[in-house]
Amino acid sequence: MSDFNNESPVLAPEGPSEIGKDAWVYTPARRAGRFAKWRNPIGIAGAAIVGFNVLLALFGRFVWTTDPNELVAIRLQPPSWAHPMGTDELGRDTLARIIHGAQVSLQVGMISVSIAFVLGVTLGLLAGFFGGWLDSLLMRFVDLMFALPGLVLAIVIAGMLGPNRRNAMIAIGIVIAPAFARVVRGAVLEVMGFPFVESSRALGASHLRIIVRHVFPNIVAPLIVLVTVYLSTAILSEAALSFLGLGTQPPEASWGGMLNSARSYLDIDPWLSIFPGLAIMVVVLGFNFLGDGLRDILDPRLGPHVAGAGKK
Amino acid sequence: MGGYVLKRILVTIPTLFGISVVIFFMVRLLPGDIVAVLSGADIGNDPELVAQARENLGLNGSYPEQYWRWISGVVQGDLGDSLRNTQPVSEVLLNALPITFELVFLGLLIAVVVGLPLGVLSAVKRDSRHDYAARVGGLIGVSIPNFWLATLLLLFTSRVFGWVPPLTYVPFYEDPIENLSQFILPAIAISVFTLAIVMRMVRATMLEVLGQDYVRTARAKGVRRKVVISRHALRNALIPVVTVVGFEVGILMGGSAIVEIIFGLPGVGNTLINAIFNRDYPVVQGATLLLAFIFIFANLLVDLLYGVLDPRISQE
Repeated sequence: MSDFNNESPVLAPEGPSEIGKDAWVYTPARRAGRFAKWRNPIGIAGAAIVGFNVLLALFGRFVWTTDPNELVAIRLQPPSWAHPMGTDELGRDTLARIIHGAQVSLQVGMISVSIAFVLGVTLGLLAGFFGGWLDSLLMRFVDLMFALPGLVLAIVIAGMLGPNRRNAMIAIGIVIAPAFARVVRGAVLEVMGFPFVESSRALGASHLRIIVRHVFPNIVAPLIVLVTVYLSTAILSEAALSFLGLGTQPPEASWGGMLNSARSYLDIDPWLSIFPGLAIMVVVLGFNFLGDGLRDILDPRLGPHVAGAGKK
Repeated sequence: MGGYVLKRILVTIPTLFGISVVIFFMVRLLPGDIVAVLSGADIGNDPELVAQARENLGLNGSYPEQYWRWISGVVQGDLGDSLRNTQPVSEVLLNALPITFELVFLGLLIAVVVGLPLGVLSAVKRDSRHDYAARVGGLIGVSIPNFWLATLLLLFTSRVFGWVPPLTYVPFYEDPIENLSQFILPAIAISVFTLAIVMRMVRATMLEVLGQDYVRTARAKGVRRKVVISRHALRNALIPVVTVVGFEVGILMGGSAIVEIIFGLPGVGNTLINAIFNRDYPVVQGATLLLAFIFIFANLLVDLLYGVLDPRISQE
């Protein structure tokens, strides 16, 4: 098992790598198949879902102009032409609230993954590049963070900081960061073993130059996959926190919060519980599909990638 | 083997220590003076009362002093008292623990019983329609939020069978049938994620093993395909299943909190979340510590089992 593994194999490899089975046979036919790996139906489906979600978050409110907080109609209506997803317990349009929820989830996903990225990449680079006692110290700390169950940690941090969306994003970012640190450190160690790093150092290159010119370009691929997969984790975690009342606060619409308030009306109006959950699932699925496809394309070595720190 | 077990157990001790320090500081370093929050404005102006409240909470003295007092209590099973009803935290948690254990046990049972055969089938009939369905199903399984699945299950049984699980907890020894009918839906809800992972892991390992030389040799010397699959391949495919299941024990103990809330099960996660909302921070501290310790012990157990299942590991 490589350095990229940790103990949470959320998405296990699909089997012995299809790449490399006959890598030594270089034939014209093979060259023609060079872009074959881009024809990855799961990855493309993921990209389509993610793309649609981004468009929905950015432009949805211009297409469906109903205000998500306005009381527009009779309460608890089933889907109709006027309100394609029905109305909620206060008579607000569910579609408009789902669109607003898409903005919220995308914002939380991007910001919390950015927090994790900055924290994790910094720690991982420091640990992998300088090694020695710094490496031991940082990695012991990362191990400790891994020894705490992710959702519990996120709940405690968000709950103690105070229930609002900003704190939820901080909590999710902190919980995800160790995974980035571990993967980056592993990738850096691998790159540092290559002769070109040694030659560069022999030529008198500074630490910074080696990191920027040699190390970073070589860890971009695993990072892209990691970001994609953890966007799904972050979105799922935000939904969970908002469901618990620890994330986005009502009356603002968020998918998790909508699911929570819909719970009281499960008997009367099941539609209220169906659409927000469906939205979460489809978007998370999109990011997982995309991550799966990107991994095949960018980094077959990555194998079972790390995930799950913030999941569940 | 004995040395390996001892080494693994010894390595766990600093982790436990580190975790307790992290949790200790997590509760203390978060913004806001806990005493002011808890006691409201009425004593805020009286330094004597504030000092008294601090002492009651064990918040007097330096951090090392506080930590020492807390951890020596923890070692003796004393986690302090709940601020809500002065019940000992250890008692609160001991009442909640069996519920969460039962839920997690049932969930993992479902995950393995369903996920294992699906994974084997998927690997044996590689690239068939079933295989493809299982792979996509696996990705859906890791993407569906368990609290939504729980809601859907409730909706399904109430619409189709007109049945809703009882919402007050009944212990297993009092009424097994009532108890199980209460746990079945939440157990299914939390099983799906693990089920999907088990399926994918089994598929991947089976494919790897089926490509090994000894499998080909076995086939070549005339061992029947079925026997090769069950005797040679499946046995090796079980090792990752142990890892996943052990890991998920730790994850699900806290991770089923939301499902516990939906189904009204007073488990550990449910207790933790209530404590957070009540700012009952001895309970928050105790429950987090408990969940972290279970997580660590589950991983330790996995490592030890790994050594038994795969002798190569313990000999390293």
